[in-house]
Amino acid sequence: MATVVHPARHYLNEGYGIRSWLLTRDHKRIALLYLAGVTFFFFLGGAMAVMIRLELATPAGDLVTDETYNKLFTLHGVLMVFFFLIPAIPAVLGNFLVPIMIGAKDLAFPKINLLSWYIYIIGGLFTFYALVAGGVDTGWTFYTPFSTVASTTNVVPTALGIFITGFSSILTGLNFIVTIHRMRAPGMTWFRMPLFLWSTYATSLINVLGTPVIAITVLLVALERVFHFGFFDPRLGGDPVLFQHLFWFYSHPAVYIMVLPAMGVVSELVAAGCRKPVFGYPFVAFASLGIAVLGFLVWGHHMFVAGESVYSALVFSILSFLVAIPSAVKVFNWTATMYKGSVSWETPMLYAYGFIGLFTIGGLTGLFLAAVGLDVHVTDTYFIIAHFHYIMVGGTIMGYLGGLHYWWPKISGRLYNEGLAKLSAGIIFVGFNLTFFPQFIVGYLGMPRRYHAYPPDFQVLNVLSSAGASILGVGYLIPMVYLMWSLRYGRIAGSNPWGAVGLEWTTQSPPLTENFGETPVVTWEPYEYHARVEGHVA
Amino acid sequence: MWSGTPLFPEAASTIAGRVDALYFFLLALSAFFSLLIAGLIVFFAVRFHRRRPDAVGAQIEGGTVLEITWTVVPLLISMVIFVWGASVYFAMARPPDETLNIYVVGKQWMWKFQHLDGQREINELHVPVGRPIKLITTSEDVIHDFFVPAFRTKADVIPGRYVNIWFQPTKPGRYRLFCAEYCGTRHSGMIGEVVVMEPSEYQTWLSGGAPEGSLASTGAKLFADLACNTCHRPDAQGRGPVLEGLFGKTVRLQSGETVTVDEAYVRESILIPAAKITAGFQPIMPTFQGLVTEEQLLALIEYVKSLRGLPQVESR
Repeated sequence: MATVVHPARHYLNEGYGIRSWLLTRDHKRIALLYLAGVTFFFFLGGAMAVMIRLELATPAGDLVTDETYNKLFTLHGVLMVFFFLIPAIPAVLGNFLVPIMIGAKDLAFPKINLLSWYIYIIGGLFTFYALVAGGVDTGWTFYTPFSTVASTTNVVPTALGIFITGFSSILTGLNFIVTIHRMRAPGMTWFRMPLFLWSTYATSLINVLGTPVIAITVLLVALERVFHFGFFDPRLGGDPVLFQHLFWFYSHPAVYIMVLPAMGVVSELVAAGCRKPVFGYPFVAFASLGIAVLGFLVWGHHMFVAGESVYSALVFSILSFLVAIPSAVKVFNWTATMYKGSVSWETPMLYAYGFIGLFTIGGLTGLFLAAVGLDVHVTDTYFIIAHFHYIMVGGTIMGYLGGLHYWWPKISGRLYNEGLAKLSAGIIFVGFNLTFFPQFIVGYLGMPRRYHAYPPDFQVLNVLSSAGASILGVGYLIPMVYLMWSLRYGRIAGSNPWGAVGLEWTTQSPPLTENFGETPVVTWEPYEYHARVEGHVA
Repeated sequence: MWSGTPLFPEAASTIAGRVDALYFFLLALSAFFSLLIAGLIVFFAVRFHRRRPDAVGAQIEGGTVLEITWTVVPLLISMVIFVWGASVYFAMARPPDETLNIYVVGKQWMWKFQHLDGQREINELHVPVGRPIKLITTSEDVIHDFFVPAFRTKADVIPGRYVNIWFQPTKPGRYRLFCAEYCGTRHSGMIGEVVVMEPSEYQTWLSGGAPEGSLASTGAKLFADLACNTCHRPDAQGRGPVLEGLFGKTVRLQSGETVTVDEAYVRESILIPAAKITAGFQPIMPTFQGLVTEEQLLALIEYVKSLRGLPQVESR
């Protein structure tokens, strides 16, 4: 291996000092600002999960009071969903990669990009204020009329936090859509784009179309609380279930906002990990768009037991089965990509294979919930908790960590400790399954979600789950340590440590502020390993 | 701790077996596909492991036949599950004609039950085995959810609405009742038991406690106390519609629309009388919002229902 040297000039040494970061318009630096933000909220939300699991280690509600417990799971959900899962991959990896992957110097609107980060932080501060001012106890779902007439906690600041943060998603989505349409390098046709961009594009569409609905919805909750407008209060002629329609109209597509970018990451990881094209590229690309469109038509499956009419339930049921198909297609294509590949066992690939396995289980258990007659029994129990954590944690976080490890050498110019990275990926996989698999069983037994205390015969399964959570927590802390360590002490990565194709691997690590010395001209198909790999292995 | 750990819930209603059958089918299906995918990943990862650092994979772009196969096969399987799930759901959603009706009111944080014979219970519901039971539920405050795992039945209990839940218990015993929709501080304390009894024991239990009369008779007394009877008279001379024989009928409204007289309509007419005025009457009835509790409303509804059997006088 040729000796590689750290480039003399790159985006990280372009300027020093706090101003050079807080006033930056460089998409890569903004990505790192987001990385700091989402990491903070991830560990804050994670700390709450630890408290929840400690409480549930015993059947009696004995560690924290019921009030505190309700606030813990509410803020765990709010922080993880709105401040980690939704922004994590698009705002960190997407911000860093979208311009580089299409051969552009920056996003279309660099100042708006910085504005998005400030909006995200202001929204986060509102929510953080709600936390320190005493918390909020409505659940992250804010169901009315509990949130509007019964709860005495900080509903309005939390709602405003979510309202404000929504604009950051909308602006980032808009920025990505315009950038992908207008700023592709010469020769970078739509079907030469990496699949990560297809899924980022699909996610951005959902963000732009769906986020205004959640913004309006939480605003209505705030208005009803403060001015008693009567949208949702039956005593004022309102309908409490109307809230659920509005909420899930956004929040179901939001599931795809969270998981589609991870699917995009996995497509990149699988291609680089097998050094061959993703099997059925156009099918995987259109599956992303199919998920984005169908995802808007299935919100009613959250309400099968909420007084929905029999026939609406059937329509939402069949549509929910249909949205499962493009996800299944992706899983089969990723798996098929490995056939006759040059299959790597490096850390990013371990995350990718982990993602495929866990997402498969998450997706299959979604079929249990789409079948109305079965959903009636398992909805609102731990079965649901297990199912969506398999999608959100087993899917999104595995994808995010895989992507972070894969592009870390590009972001930092350094390599992390591969042994520790493999170890922590293994710990996370084991810890995750031990945490959430028992929850399927205890859910079918009938343990409802959001219970501070529970019958003693559910204890064994809950203890397993709590034990798994502590393993998972350790697994998440280790990468924090070795990634930070690598920033200073890691080996120099070189421009292409994985021997991967893709424009991001043709520029130096870390890249120049303007990404490329001169605008690249794309003359090759995506993932063209057979022709291009020689000379790319650093 | 370990010995008392069940892995599968008790089944004690007519629908439970059908739900479990679908569950086991899906478990088998999930196990098959999970193992297939995991097996392929492990097999490929070992079989095609990168052995030289610069080795690349074969240039395989895709295959249309495979794409069609793994689109159509999951689609067909999912349609089978859809139909199966829908048929179970139909059975859950449609109560038989003859049911034993019990009213349920949820409130933070307790379950209140009113039997037609007048018995009232809190957090404990006694029902006979082998008979279809229909619960007519509502909430005094926020949304709750009536969930009995052993019956595989669950439904949100929604303020301002009457939601019907039905089940037919198949074996005597005590079964857990949970509130399954988060409802505030003591949500996990909003629990109770459904006590399923042999019919003879149930009769003994019914004749046990000395209630103040049937629910309908409580309603009749309330009907008089609130002076409803000054306008709603049986002889068509009153200023309000005749209620005898009315429940279950379809009436024409002033707006020209028609409405079926059910629990929700009676409730709305008491609380917001001007909302749907029967054709031929003036909107003169005062609202009783805040004057009657959810439980009194149920008694009034049951009274109006009890007038169903009486002959309807020709209305103006």
